[in-house]
Amino acid sequence: MQSLIRFLRGIFQRREPDAPEIIARRESRTYPAPSPNRIEVGTGQSAGIERSHNEDALLVLTSASAGEALLPDFGLFIVADGMGGHRAGEVASSVSIRTVARRLTQQTILQMLDLEPAEDLTPLQDLLRTALEEANEAVVEQVPGGGTTLTAAVVLGNQITIGHVGDSRAYLIQNGKAEVVTRDHSLVERLRELGQLTSEEAAIHPQRNVLYRAIGQGANLEVDVLSLAKPKGGHLLICSDGLWGVVSDDTMLQIIAQAGHPQDACDELVRAANRAGGPDNISVVLVRFPEE
Amino acid sequence: MQRTTRKLDDKGGESIDRLQAGTTLQDRYLILGMLGSGGMSSVYKGRDLHFPNVTKLVAIKEMVNLIADQSMYDMVVRNFEREADLLATLSHPAIPTIYDNFTHKNRSYLVMEFIDGQDLEEILAEYKEFLPEDRVVSWAIELCDVLSYLHNHKPQPIIFRDMKPSNVMIDQHNHVRLIDFGIARHFQPGEKGTMIGTEGYSPPEQYRGEASPAGDIYALGATLHHLLTKRDPRIEPPFSFAERPIRNVNPLVSPELENVINTALAYDPKDRYPSAALMKEALISVAKRTGMLSKPSVAAVIKQADKIEELWSFKCEDEIRGSPLVYENLIFVGCYDNNLYALDKETGAFRWKFATEGGITGKPAAEDGIVFIGSEDSRLYALSANHGDLVWTYYTEGPIRSSPTLSDGHVFVGSDDRRLHVINQVSGRRAWRVEANGPIWSTPMVQEERVYFGCESGDFYCYDFKGELKWRKKAKRAVTSSPILVDGMVYFGSRDWTLYALEAENGWQVWRFRMGGATISTPAYADGMIFIGCGDNNIYAIDARHSREIWRYEADHQVTGSPIVHEGSVYVGSVDGSLYCLDFRSGRLRWRFHTDGPITGTPAITENVLYIGSMDHKLYALLI
Repeated sequence: MQSLIRFLRGIFQRREPDAPEIIARRESRTYPAPSPNRIEVGTGQSAGIERSHNEDALLVLTSASAGEALLPDFGLFIVADGMGGHRAGEVASSVSIRTVARRLTQQTILQMLDLEPAEDLTPLQDLLRTALEEANEAVVEQVPGGGTTLTAAVVLGNQITIGHVGDSRAYLIQNGKAEVVTRDHSLVERLRELGQLTSEEAAIHPQRNVLYRAIGQGANLEVDVLSLAKPKGGHLLICSDGLWGVVSDDTMLQIIAQAGHPQDACDELVRAANRAGGPDNISVVLVRFPEE
Repeated sequence: MQRTTRKLDDKGGESIDRLQAGTTLQDRYLILGMLGSGGMSSVYKGRDLHFPNVTKLVAIKEMVNLIADQSMYDMVVRNFEREADLLATLSHPAIPTIYDNFTHKNRSYLVMEFIDGQDLEEILAEYKEFLPEDRVVSWAIELCDVLSYLHNHKPQPIIFRDMKPSNVMIDQHNHVRLIDFGIARHFQPGEKGTMIGTEGYSPPEQYRGEASPAGDIYALGATLHHLLTKRDPRIEPPFSFAERPIRNVNPLVSPELENVINTALAYDPKDRYPSAALMKEALISVAKRTGMLSKPSVAAVIKQADKIEELWSFKCEDEIRGSPLVYENLIFVGCYDNNLYALDKETGAFRWKFATEGGITGKPAAEDGIVFIGSEDSRLYALSANHGDLVWTYYTEGPIRSSPTLSDGHVFVGSDDRRLHVINQVSGRRAWRVEANGPIWSTPMVQEERVYFGCESGDFYCYDFKGELKWRKKAKRAVTSSPILVDGMVYFGSRDWTLYALEAENGWQVWRFRMGGATISTPAYADGMIFIGCGDNNIYAIDARHSREIWRYEADHQVTGSPIVHEGSVYVGSVDGSLYCLDFRSGRLRWRFHTDGPITGTPAITENVLYIGSMDHKLYALLI
């Protein structure tokens, strides 16, 4: 498996699901001892039990550096849950992740690496917004009939900035609590906000898949952006509804707390979702921040 | 975008053959062309050949039955026929006459009166300006009338279910005609997979499967909202009309009409008009402008202000431009009469004053029995707090308008000589200083061995305690206000109309918020919200995570002073002479205290007493 590489590392994952029996037989992996100063990342993906193929995609890019006038720690974490028949889903999620990652790396880390950095750099929130809007245009152009959710987090210095459309989620986990920091752009979430549905009713509502916003919807896409402080000693979790819709927040918290390395946690989260029936594709990215 | 509701199911959507012009149905109806189509249904323009000598035009609605399961298939046809029968019995000027219905193979047809006109969606698209209120009201009255007719139908009320602009036509006589009774809904296959888009006009309870007259009223409200604001609810978050108040988008609309529509759009069906007839009455009143409000608007109730008790006030000889400081049992304030005053904080009794040789505009700082203040005479003074004895004087080469900050045994202060000076508190000796690109009026902020400050050239600096520049950012105009640092983010305003939010460690810009004018107000932070005053007369409350405006409050003049948050209220002064107290969550005014001159400083609050200076020469102590 991949070992933790110190410099630029990218993973573009589309693994096939591991059937539960195989996981039981797999040897336990060992990871390097946790480095107190660096973020640690795990990823997990599975098509689930009921779906035959995976329309989700995820991407992780991190960098660490030391030396004279060098870069702050940088991380880019993206999950996209595609939809639409005839491969439109896979293509939409993949196209949108690539578009977003290209725009974000160009205007953050690549610009920072410039020997003569430009003066007037775009604010991060505007950058995230533009990146997701571009992904929207790319999907409309290249994948007619396709759409995708997309939740992207940029970690730069001590701030996390998130751009978000759809019903994948980002959770901030610290002090034993999990807080959803994104808003589900789903009809049932609006109804729940208005008090028309309880959370339990929303979870089983026949129209819980109806989104009012998605990448690929075309004109007038409104992207949610927000920024938060890095949770020192805590986690950032980004996942598709194949995980959060099936595994409770408390169970996720437990799994994360008990795992040694975020990768162990991701493997167990995927297993938990599959044990619960695996009705949808599952994608998860888990970032652990050092105590510092 | 034509189809705002798209189904992205696995089938990918079968393509349906539409009828070509020239085809004849039932040997009677000649298809002339298509009027519109979507999903399983289409509407054609046709001619009834049973009237050979004239051109009798009809509209023919075709619905394709693609249901796979046989018994469901039959049920669809039966439902269609039953509904067609029902429609045929209706008689109302706004409902097109039904002439015929038939089913051929897997297609069902409804033949009805052809309406020569445009639907409201087309009219809205063509009209560049906002639609005139009186036209919209007259249509609304007619729509209420037909809804009332449908809802009162015996034995069963008929729920229209599909009120929206594309289903309302305006004919040649400017009368309203409903053209789609949603009869095609019987033909919709079950939703599979994820859908993008919602209907926008449907009430929340419809998603629980409840259809009632109150739902039609909501949909009518949604339609009117769209007509008046030109904002399509299908591309906004569902049920978010309250986020786009009609008069905010279209100020020409009367408050009375806005109230009627807001009532129709209440989330809870019980809060809407109980009947279309009552809504019609309310609209008629609007039309007559009798001023009758159907339901009282949610008026901003200004709590009868507990009379604000002025504990004492103290008059100086000139304007008080800066902010007061409370230290132990004294209150210190600088004045444009060149003096620093020390008063008893409880009684306002004069204790001492110290005369400098220039006006004082900054806020004093105090620690260990010493109070520090800069003056436009270019000097920074250290005085004993109890008696005002001079301890030491430090000279800069320009007027000092910045307020000193104390940290780590040093005083940090900026000067018009373009330098930030760092001075030992005890000895008055300079430890180090750094150059900036312009005069420094802003108060430096010190945290974790770094100092942050802006200057009049627009440059904003972060230096460490070794005097090394960590990072620098440039705004387009002066940064006169002082920064604050919360949760690793630095916030400051600039005269370039912008509030900046930078990541404190590296200076990376995370977001910026544009206001309507220059700001020299220092922001305040509480509970995830940032408060700042602006030269556009507003006090803004901005969500710190999402960089979105939560509310704004308009004063009568510029808000150049800085706000302070205390126990659920925001306090800030304005050039209009008032000190405002607003509820910090909603921005509602709690009370307003008048002085006779502009207020440009920040209030100081301790033990439920608020101290504020005014350019009317007075320092006030108010009980809050």
